Amino acid sequence: MATAYDIAIKQEDVDKEGSVPVVAVENLHKAFGNYTVLNGVSLSVDRGETLAVLGRSGTGKSVLLRLIIGLEKPDSGSVCIHGHDLSGLALDRMGEIRKKMGFLFQSAALYDSLTVAGNVAFPLEHHRRDMSKAERADRVRKLLGEVGMEGDVDKMPSDISGGMQKRVGLARALALEPDILLLDEPTAGLDPISSGEIDELILKLQRERHMASIVVTHDLHSARTIANRLALLDQGKVVIEGSFEDLQQSEIGFVKEFLKQS
Amino acid sequence: MSDGEFKAVAGNNPLLSGQRAVPTPSVLDSAIGLFEGFFEWFGSLGIFTWQVLRAAVTPPYEWRELIRQLDEVGSKSLPLVAMAGAAIGVVISMEARYSLTRFGAKSMFPATLVYSVIQVMGPVITGLVVSGRVGAGMGAELASMKVTEQIDAIEASAINPYRLLAATRILACILMLPLLTLATDACALLTGWFAQAMVEPLSFHQFISSGFNGATFNAFLPQTFKTAVYGLIIGLIACFQGMRTRGGAAGVGRAATNSVVLASLFLILADVVLVKFILVFFH
Repeated sequence: MATAYDIAIKQEDVDKEGSVPVVAVENLHKAFGNYTVLNGVSLSVDRGETLAVLGRSGTGKSVLLRLIIGLEKPDSGSVCIHGHDLSGLALDRMGEIRKKMGFLFQSAALYDSLTVAGNVAFPLEHHRRDMSKAERADRVRKLLGEVGMEGDVDKMPSDISGGMQKRVGLARALALEPDILLLDEPTAGLDPISSGEIDELILKLQRERHMASIVVTHDLHSARTIANRLALLDQGKVVIEGSFEDLQQSEIGFVKEFLKQS
Repeated sequence: MSDGEFKAVAGNNPLLSGQRAVPTPSVLDSAIGLFEGFFEWFGSLGIFTWQVLRAAVTPPYEWRELIRQLDEVGSKSLPLVAMAGAAIGVVISMEARYSLTRFGAKSMFPATLVYSVIQVMGPVITGLVVSGRVGAGMGAELASMKVTEQIDAIEASAINPYRLLAATRILACILMLPLLTLATDACALLTGWFAQAMVEPLSFHQFISSGFNGATFNAFLPQTFKTAVYGLIIGLIACFQGMRTRGGAAGVGRAATNSVVLASLFLILADVVLVKFILVFFH
């Protein structure tokens, strides 16, 4: 029987650039009761690439991210991370794969009983037990510095703004140095200036870390700024996938309508 | 549209004229739904228990969180159970003195108090007090974490929430309930003796030696350690109700209420089984 470490993503898997997509979603179906959310979605993302998933509210964009990180189970179809199929994996084995994934929740989902620094240190305390306290504190400082939050380490999540919470959430998502970054509505509910700052931050991180990223958003401007490729979801299916120019040139009614309204 | 016009339109429309478009479920349908819900709840609890058990016995162990929970369940419940024990001691003392005097068995007072407190009231009162304080607290805390996606964030950080959140809390309840019961018993005996000594002279040494005269470990230890099962019930139900919460602030409130109500109910039901078990195997 394979151990958790057998299925853990090895560095050589990561280095096999181009041979296997970092994230591959194949014919994914998901329904909640009688309501079908995803109806045969297939997507893939390579290393260093950013895919923006667009669509109206309630079209299953966030569910897609939750399926990719294993917080929901698909009704059918597969999710492969570095070529490893996630279906049927036990929680602990799934954990080994999740260590290579960073997730920014729409609400940031910071631990409200921990400080800003505590939130970022949390994954390190559990997965980098070999790190000394000083090393951990240093790493937390660096991560918070990367997202421009180095001056707020001792604040509680309730004492900082929504945009700052997103930054801290991003720092927490980066704590284990993931090679996949999943961002759920990173600019939702933020003013245009904060949204622009978050977009800049994501672009900077992509340049520096060369991760595979999937960004779920309904903000077309943000998607255009940070993504190499866009996928538009409607009624549980990918209507179109390509560059922003491909979307602009599309003759599909829904695509035209979406671009017009955005 | 006037009332007359409205009535005329409504008269032609079965929905507006008060006819039922959807038939109400029959008593049989309601009963089936109730049974389904009942078995679904127990099925989910069984799966949850298995996941917690599996997480609890496999490394890495969450020692730091366990110690935090031992403090949360144990130290922070101590004043409350001590006060409850003290009150119960005085009540039993007054009631026992009245009843025993009436039947001419006043000499039985120390033994009556000791046996009533240690075998019956101490464990149950501790269980119910901890169920109220810890059950509600855990249920609400975990439910709040669930609805704000903090539990999902823990899972997304590759940390098993069953190990970190549930196993530590349940284990803390199992370990702390017997100790808290001892504290309740001690306070109840102390205040019970004090209440008696206020009425007529009785030294504490005399009270204890007379109360425990001829008692064996089997008379008291199983009754005290059965509260570990109460701890299991309180922890398990509070964590289960908290971690399956849906529906915002209302869901958090429901989880807290259900945790207390169900834990208290199952605790009393379990007591029936445990008392019979102890009588069969330890007497």
